Amino acid sequence: MIGLGAVYLLAGFVFGAIAVLSAFDRANPKRWVNALFWGLFAVSFLFGDRFGDLGNGVLVLVMAALAGFIGLGLGRPATTDTNERRRLAQSFGNSLFVAALAIPAVTLTGSLAFKSIVIGGRPVFDPGQTALIAFGLSVVVALVLARVMLRQTLPSALQEGRRLLDMLGWAALLPQMLAALGAVFALAGLGTAVGDLAAQAIPADNRFAAVAAYTIGMAVFTAIMGNAFAAFPVMTAGIGLPLIVMRYGGDPTIMSAIGMLSGFCGTLTTPMAANFNIVPVALLGLEDRYAVIKAQLPTALVLLAVNTVLMYALVFRF
Amino acid sequence: MLLTLVGVLVVVAGFAARINPLLVVAAAAIVTGLAGGLDLVAVISAFGKAFNDNRFISVAWLVLPVIGALERAGLQERARDFIVRLRVMTTFRILILYMLIRQLTAALGLTALGGQPQMVRPLIAPMAEAAAEAELGPLAVPDRERIRAQAAAVDNVALFYGEDVFVAIGSILLIKGFLQQNGIIVEPLQLSFWAIPTAIAAFAIHGVRLFLFGRRLTRGAAAESRARP
Repeated sequence: MIGLGAVYLLAGFVFGAIAVLSAFDRANPKRWVNALFWGLFAVSFLFGDRFGDLGNGVLVLVMAALAGFIGLGLGRPATTDTNERRRLAQSFGNSLFVAALAIPAVTLTGSLAFKSIVIGGRPVFDPGQTALIAFGLSVVVALVLARVMLRQTLPSALQEGRRLLDMLGWAALLPQMLAALGAVFALAGLGTAVGDLAAQAIPADNRFAAVAAYTIGMAVFTAIMGNAFAAFPVMTAGIGLPLIVMRYGGDPTIMSAIGMLSGFCGTLTTPMAANFNIVPVALLGLEDRYAVIKAQLPTALVLLAVNTVLMYALVFRF
Repeated sequence: MLLTLVGVLVVVAGFAARINPLLVVAAAAIVTGLAGGLDLVAVISAFGKAFNDNRFISVAWLVLPVIGALERAGLQERARDFIVRLRVMTTFRILILYMLIRQLTAALGLTALGGQPQMVRPLIAPMAEAAAEAELGPLAVPDRERIRAQAAAVDNVALFYGEDVFVAIGSILLIKGFLQQNGIIVEPLQLSFWAIPTAIAAFAIHGVRLFLFGRRLTRGAAAESRARP
């Protein structure tokens, strides 16, 4: 059965190649730091399951120390300049879009179709991982299309990948590290601590106060954890079920649906949701680390107020 | 138990002081684990295990060689040409159109049609910039930054408030599972139905903000051209 292992193998080879290319980049004064950092990243994908938990812990701490104390450099692989790109854009035309849209197209088709491919009564693809396997395949397909239609060779694609990965730098590792932090938070009982604190501190002695405590609590706790999924069980067990549902007779379906969406308002405001709020800053080359959060903050605050009013208006009525 | 909150303080203080976020996260993990009663080896092991289990998150960067190769072949320039040739496209119209498509497709469960590295960097941000340049002339650096940040924000807002309208998305299944543990049976279809009012509100609120953003861009450019001799 083809599973996540195949995707990790592909990732290990791609990031390993980028590490090797980094080592040869004389234009980057910190080329050895970059080579080591992306090399460890590749090693994690290739051999992470064999190191044991402590080994993986040391690996991630070394990566954090490399990025934090020494700092990554910026690789400068040779690329095309703006004039060449304009000329290429004219000559390739819309086939550029075809190759770009092949990624979502193959990912979507694959994640749906892979589930039904069965040979000899056994699934060919791990049914729980079809989306990631399809995504890995889409990258391969797009690279082939780029080779055939746009004459982009594999080495130049890897060099361009290195350029973008260096542009991300430490931000590339942040989402995965934050997920690991979330696991440690859960292990240490942080969720219950925050839930108890919220339940004690918030005066929820009428319907509106209970609703507001729940929606705002969801948003704040999500902002702390970076993820509404971690906040939902804590807040719903601490405030939602005992007060809104049990004491005031609110509808649990409406409460949960709007409660989760109140948590998403918190996601829009926090650097802890690095994938959404910090990674694009690096990808788009923005000066201000919090530029995307600033663009989202007013929407998040107004929408949180709207959610609170919506829940109050609907949850006791149905 | 309350001692574990120290980890949260480490995160908040570290992000506020703009210390390298990887160091902040590592420090917060260690502090939280120690405060929660684990010894150092146990904390590092727990952190390492969770890091290894979450490798699938970083698989997303496999897309970078493709995006880079397409950019090398002129993808961003092609996206700009395409918008300039359409003529009717302003920054506001591009962003609101993308938000509409992104939110509707996410509501149908097609969350893969978008994303920061795949769509925003190579296509949406250059299109929004090109439309502003075609309409207003060369852009000042702060305006260019703001347009890019808005392009990233549109993708996030549309994704968050679209995907929850789809029945089989993770958050809906989490809600169903959690309520079931507490003896309450809910229908996923009902949960996604009650996500619709917020989805509409999100589109309206962010749409108005995009409209105001577009108008500020135009007015700023007009004021600047008056100021020029």
